[in-house]
Amino acid sequence: MSKHTDQPDMKRREFLGKTAIAATAATVAPGVMLTVANAGSDEGVSSDTRWGMLIDTNKCADGCAACVDACNKENGIDILSKPEDQSDEMWNAQRPQWIRKVKLKDKQTGVVTNLPMMCQHCEHPPCEDVCPTGASLKRADGIVMVDRHTCIGCRYCMMACPYKARSFIHSNIAEQVVNSPRGKGCVESCNMCAPRIDGGATTTACQDACMKDGHQAILFGDMKDPDSAISKALKEKSSRQIRADLELNTGVRYTDV
Amino acid sequence: MRSSTGIKRFAGLLVGGLFAALAMTAHSGSAVTQGSKAASMDACVALTADMRRNHMDYLQHDRHASVRKGIRDIKNSLSGCVDCHASKDDQGNYKPVTAEGEFCEACHNYTAVNVACFQCHRKTPQEMTSSVTTGGNKLGLMLDDGEAPALSAEEFEQLHAKILED
Repeated sequence: MSKHTDQPDMKRREFLGKTAIAATAATVAPGVMLTVANAGSDEGVSSDTRWGMLIDTNKCADGCAACVDACNKENGIDILSKPEDQSDEMWNAQRPQWIRKVKLKDKQTGVVTNLPMMCQHCEHPPCEDVCPTGASLKRADGIVMVDRHTCIGCRYCMMACPYKARSFIHSNIAEQVVNSPRGKGCVESCNMCAPRIDGGATTTACQDACMKDGHQAILFGDMKDPDSAISKALKEKSSRQIRADLELNTGVRYTDV
Repeated sequence: MRSSTGIKRFAGLLVGGLFAALAMTAHSGSAVTQGSKAASMDACVALTADMRRNHMDYLQHDRHASVRKGIRDIKNSLSGCVDCHASKDDQGNYKPVTAEGEFCEACHNYTAVNVACFQCHRKTPQEMTSSVTTGGNKLGLMLDDGEAPALSAEEFEQLHAKILED
């Protein structure tokens, strides 16, 4: 081992994957192979798209939480109420939070930066890596999310996420919104408003709210489309991935941070 | 889970037949909850007998497509079931489909099959006030689909009667 890193070895994975496919091809009858191949060409999200976000931290205003409020409304987080037997402190620490405001201060210069922090939609998500049931998943279009039908609530993904982006539902939920089912014992996080995007929308709830308040700090779009606004902006200005050293290739990028 | 499906289906068939007979006498041939939107419509997304027998498989299959592949304009959607089959109380508020005597609970209680969907999913239709845009047919009904069963209420009654005879 010449290279010491805690990163997954992608070449090894690719090799193993190809070996598995080759083995399947060798053992399964040709007719069956054909069916399997066709199943992959179903309509649905495609890897020709990679949804991403660019956040201009210069435009992100101190004290503004429009994106957080919009996210809470879109995903039914605002209709949750504190369980009777829980303290305020515990409730505030444990209530679901898909997006949160973070304030950074450079101790030397005193410069303050505000930014929204949420699931960074990694290309190689550690949450997906550690999930024992396959509930934590990355869709073909780059959105990282939880399939609650298979989530067993072990919270391994919460421990693995370097961005502290995931929440766990600790108690029974009385009411949900249609687009965001939610129940006791499952983990959840930002899914880039997947139901909206699948329905044909081109903006997320947080972006809409930021735009409406006149800040325009959040730009959402397809990073693989060279003509999209986000691709052009990424090309024009230098941006950063948070914890780029982890080599996760995040789908959420920040400028001026 | 999957291995028990066959047994469940078989049991479901037996109990379903019994229930069909019961429901027929109780509600004069209608399977829907009185006062729900479905009560005023001719057809569900498939024939009633088919829905009774296979709704769990339809939902299970399509949940995979919608969550993992993002295909949300699918024919069989759980929110579609709720939108159509929830009935209102005297105050005009929707009753949860899992409340006693309501659409899901009535059968599932009778057959002692635990319905776990609504631990997470919404139990009443959602008034569309948000900016949420969902493509396609919100109810998941085959309204203008070529496959739609073009049967009137009377024809459905006859079909029910035929199933009972069989």
